[in-house]
Amino acid sequence: MLPDNVVRHGQHVLTVCNACRYCEQFCPVFPALEKRRTFGAADLTYLASLCHNCGECLYACQFAPPHEFGINVPSLLAEVRTRSYEEQAWPPVLGRAFRRDGFRAGLAALALVFSTLLLATIANGPAVVASDGAADFYGVIPHGVMVATFGGVSMFVLIALAVSGVRFWRGTDTGRTAPGAGIVPAVRDALTLRHLHGSGRDCTSNLEVRMPWRRWFHHCTFYGFGLCFASTTVAAIYHTVFGWHAPYAYSSLPVLLGAAGGFGLLVGPLGLAALRQTRDPALGEEDTRGLDSLFLALLFLTSLTGLALLVLRHSQAMGILLVVHLAVVLVLLLTLPYGKFVHGLYRVLALMRYHSE
Amino acid sequence: MNNSPDYDVAVIGGGNAALCAAISARRAGASVVVLERAPYDFRGGNSRHTRNFRCLHTAPGQYLTGTYTEEEFLSDLRSVNGGETDESLARIAIRHSATCPEWMAREGARFQAALHGTLQLGRTNLFFLGGGKALMNSYYASAERLGVDVFYEADVVDLRVTNGRFESVDVQISGRARTIRAAAVVIASGGFEANLEWLRDAWGDVADNFIVRGTPYNTGVPLKRMLEAGAQSIGDPRECHAIAVDARAPKFDGGIVTRLDCIPFGIVVNSHGDRFYDEGEDVWPKRYAIWGKLIARQPGQIAYSIVDAKAADKFMPSVFPPIVANSVGELARLVTLPPEAVEATVETFNRAVRRGTINLSALDDCRTEGLTPDKTHWAQRLDTPPYWAYPLRPGITFTYLGLKVDTHTRVLMSDGQPAANVYAAGEVMAGNILVKGYLAGFGMTIGAVFGRIAGEEAARHAAR
Repeated sequence: MLPDNVVRHGQHVLTVCNACRYCEQFCPVFPALEKRRTFGAADLTYLASLCHNCGECLYACQFAPPHEFGINVPSLLAEVRTRSYEEQAWPPVLGRAFRRDGFRAGLAALALVFSTLLLATIANGPAVVASDGAADFYGVIPHGVMVATFGGVSMFVLIALAVSGVRFWRGTDTGRTAPGAGIVPAVRDALTLRHLHGSGRDCTSNLEVRMPWRRWFHHCTFYGFGLCFASTTVAAIYHTVFGWHAPYAYSSLPVLLGAAGGFGLLVGPLGLAALRQTRDPALGEEDTRGLDSLFLALLFLTSLTGLALLVLRHSQAMGILLVVHLAVVLVLLLTLPYGKFVHGLYRVLALMRYHSE
Repeated sequence: MNNSPDYDVAVIGGGNAALCAAISARRAGASVVVLERAPYDFRGGNSRHTRNFRCLHTAPGQYLTGTYTEEEFLSDLRSVNGGETDESLARIAIRHSATCPEWMAREGARFQAALHGTLQLGRTNLFFLGGGKALMNSYYASAERLGVDVFYEADVVDLRVTNGRFESVDVQISGRARTIRAAAVVIASGGFEANLEWLRDAWGDVADNFIVRGTPYNTGVPLKRMLEAGAQSIGDPRECHAIAVDARAPKFDGGIVTRLDCIPFGIVVNSHGDRFYDEGEDVWPKRYAIWGKLIARQPGQIAYSIVDAKAADKFMPSVFPPIVANSVGELARLVTLPPEAVEATVETFNRAVRRGTINLSALDDCRTEGLTPDKTHWAQRLDTPPYWAYPLRPGITFTYLGLKVDTHTRVLMSDGQPAANVYAAGEVMAGNILVKGYLAGFGMTIGAVFGRIAGEEAARHAAR
């Protein structure tokens, strides 16, 4: 549960907003809050996932600090978001592991996974330290081992995300919506990042600075991730259905999808991380737990090692590169339910509520 | 000694009128300094609390519905002014308002459709996206891009004006004394509504119970200095735009969220427990501006709006919670009113209510008969617990006593001649047009129109 002091502060802030309403047409947070007269933990959690933390409402607010009312919606909702991510993480023990210092926990996980993979591979055969140039990935790590490992981890991650999603849905239910309603407009809004330019121009990224970069870097990241996922899926179909085994030609679909996605995952996370440096600390979304940076770093590394593997797959370094790449991807997968990734899930669910309320 | 001015135009003030003047003067080629008394975080005067401006338009637009003609605008103004207004200045404000949206948009302003709960203003008033502070942020950004020098915490101490000619302004900037010479000055420093002493001079002790809705920085020093330098005043020092606000509001700067829209939905009693005015006289937006002065005339300058459960979700939520009780007597005790008197008032009121069909969006036929005063619309019995009370005080928005100006916004001196190089815009000269009463969003219209004119005129004067 959200601590009482956060809920009390939230009630104060949103009561002032509800009596003012000047920000009504910036984004969905305000029309959604206007449907309420009181604000409990469920309302706060829901509203927090409608907020992009752009800052328009803070800069426009005549009651923003140092005014005695001290209204700062972005920072309030950022705090609620961070706390609700933790609360909804499943299993809770892993949520806790990443709570204090997610970045270090992630690096530790990476080191652990890498060493395990490396040892297992060396034990399996010497191919890893001196590849023969044939780009024989399964000579380094047998296909069965890869499928079992990644399949197992993916199943776990899907279950963890599903549990978190259900927890979020239940935790934000105030009896106004039916499950499943509003999914089409919700997905459309999420895919287009509509509310980062919902009032005609791009939202502010600092007082009176309106640039499209945040939106475009997010698109690069999201669609880059999607293309990489598509690449892996196509490769899996090639392997299991058609019996075409990797390595695939540079002109093949898995390589083209993966290269395009990989490019997006280089540009997007780098851009987002750079923008993060220029963010106004007043917006309250500093990455106190390192989870956002971890997610961006792992996305970037996934792409970097994947592209390196593609380019150097006929060299002696292939084996070690493959182990590094797979370790990064495994840790990325494992940390999905405990970091920034979950915002996508919660945002779509919150938008579904918004569109069906 | 070098007698050349530091700037072509000095603008005193930092709200809507001041920034419109500064931007216009700069765009006309003048070098401009803005002296804003507030610190950066509270810049923008009362404009930071506004949300829209009233605007003539001959065709529906993206955000404005229907049309709003010059004659209708003028007749709306006359109806709140009791017919007294400087018609030539009023017509300038009205006609020029039509060109404001385009000008404002060029300086970064963004607009939005009428807010929820204010739909009745969607035809006459154009709303700023995010409200007045967002508008002021855009103006400041534009002014700075254009090369206007802006000083915050710039407290004007004195104006050197001799025989209607401005020479310099003495100002404390963040505590350091400076004298700034300029070829022309625009006074856009607002009214004196935050000057409690001046309010007391005008109203007596009653003023101690006023709540100042806006900026604490409008103490009227430049206005007073100009009057001392021989400028003609206009307007009654007691006239102002004042509404009913929650008595629990902070003394200054509570802004929009302390207003209460519940008055038409119930009854309002004074500290004796008596009703004193028709709560259902007209649709609320047309009448909300009279309640400040009505309450100012009640003993102790306090009143209580009482509604029952039927009305609880019919008006905009307030920032302060209602005081709630299950009987009228208990409610009266909670707000320290005489319970018997309030019970008697409610009983008499309930008996006088004639059955009608309640319609909150029109002047309906729900009224009382035989009361003094009657409630002429939306009269419903107070019979469904829980009962809610809100304490009300006069909330002063801005004062109308100001500087008399001509159609070029030149300040008129006591001999009837315009000052050589002193211009005024915004609240400080709104009294030329607003004699009493108020039209929603008209203050911002006056600021924008006369701010632009004053800036252009001052720049033209400086170029001579």
